[in-house]
Amino acid sequence: MNRKSREALLDPFFNNNPIAAQVLGICSALAVTTQMIPSVVMCAALIAVTALSNVSVSMIRNYVPASIRIIVQLTIIASLVIITDQILKAFLFDVSKQLSVFVGLIITNCIVMGRAEAFAMQNGPWRSFLDGIGNGAGYSLVLIVVGFFRELLGAGRLFGVQVFELAGEGGWYVPNGLLVLAPSAFFIIGLFIWGLRAWKPLLVEED
Amino acid sequence: MSKANYSTKYTIGFAAAVCIVCSILVSTSAVTLRDRQEANKKLDRQKNVLVATGLIEPEGDLSRKQITDLYEEKIRPLVVDMKTGEVKEDIDPAQFDQRFAMKNEATSRRAPENPAKVQRVPNHGLVYQVMDGDGVKMIVLPVQGMGLWSTLYGYLALEADTTTIAGIAFYEHGETPGLGGEIESPGWQAKWIGRKAFDEDWEPRIRVIKGEAGEPDEDPYQVDGLTGATLTANGVTELVRFWISDEGYGRYLAKFREQERGS
Repeated sequence: MNRKSREALLDPFFNNNPIAAQVLGICSALAVTTQMIPSVVMCAALIAVTALSNVSVSMIRNYVPASIRIIVQLTIIASLVIITDQILKAFLFDVSKQLSVFVGLIITNCIVMGRAEAFAMQNGPWRSFLDGIGNGAGYSLVLIVVGFFRELLGAGRLFGVQVFELAGEGGWYVPNGLLVLAPSAFFIIGLFIWGLRAWKPLLVEED
Repeated sequence: MSKANYSTKYTIGFAAAVCIVCSILVSTSAVTLRDRQEANKKLDRQKNVLVATGLIEPEGDLSRKQITDLYEEKIRPLVVDMKTGEVKEDIDPAQFDQRFAMKNEATSRRAPENPAKVQRVPNHGLVYQVMDGDGVKMIVLPVQGMGLWSTLYGYLALEADTTTIAGIAFYEHGETPGLGGEIESPGWQAKWIGRKAFDEDWEPRIRVIKGEAGEPDEDPYQVDGLTGATLTANGVTELVRFWISDEGYGRYLAKFREQERGS
């Protein structure tokens, strides 16, 4: 794997993280992260959609008339999302019920279309595939960090398994109700961005 | 990078080709996965009915087959006429989709103004009888109505006397997790068991209060409230009362009592 491919895959983890650096895809990061299992499934769905849409868009990039390229990208993404949703409903029914509309809303997730337009239209299929995986994984990294803290501190559980004994059931831990509500994801993402920028000062904008 | 000046014909042709490829992919996935999805939905419904009766735990790890077997053994689904309370033998409960029937003008009627904010009542409704040998042990009724933000969907299980509550379970809602979302909590649902849905004159009487209720035998008509979720709890009170009233399953329950006395 040469340097450029590696960059396409690894940059979105920290240097150019879609949520923390590009601030894309925030809506679903708030909505599905109350528990780890839906977060992980959502991440897998998004990685699959971003990678496949990048590959498909890249393959046809030299044939698409520029005047209709956005709607063509959208059609491809929407089809991939519907197929993903169908697969989840068939094989992971309980999780798909929890994710409800948010799988369908991957269509509107800025990361997917942003990468198709900004990267896959200029690069070959293999590198676009890596870029899709990388951006999906960068998004996943944030979702899983947020989901970890929200489930652990909000319900004393991880992946549905009780880690802290709850005070209501005779244990010691009083769950923090704020963490099950959406705003808490904002706080955690904010802290994440802060930490990332302290570590990588290049990300800080000049005044 | 794509060139800017393709002919109009090419552009239309390209768009058509993309649409055809995408629609073939989408429809193939929809058709090939439909059976599995339907099976999942059916299993989910069976599981929810069983959870309401207390026969299985909501988080229990029973296999698909165990759930289906238990359901087939214990549960007898029926379709009843909501107006008369008669059992409709000619409608197959397995094929009857109550949510669809409620939306469809031809199979439902407008509900009178009610605090549960139920808009339409289906002409026919599903009832699940829980069998114990030849006798009916419990009756499970599907209930739904507005909470604070969303429509709550659940099942209410009554003992054969049609008033003692054997269980309640909500399986779909969009209430705030940790507050109204606590209607899902097995701990709270357990507080319903043993309480009475109707008073002596068969008027719906059960109510979710603020704060704590007494033991079921001393305080049979009240259920503990949910902290921070008074409006969701009020919604639960109203929707349970609506569906056991004569607008809902009340007439069926009355018919059932008559029969039980007769036999």
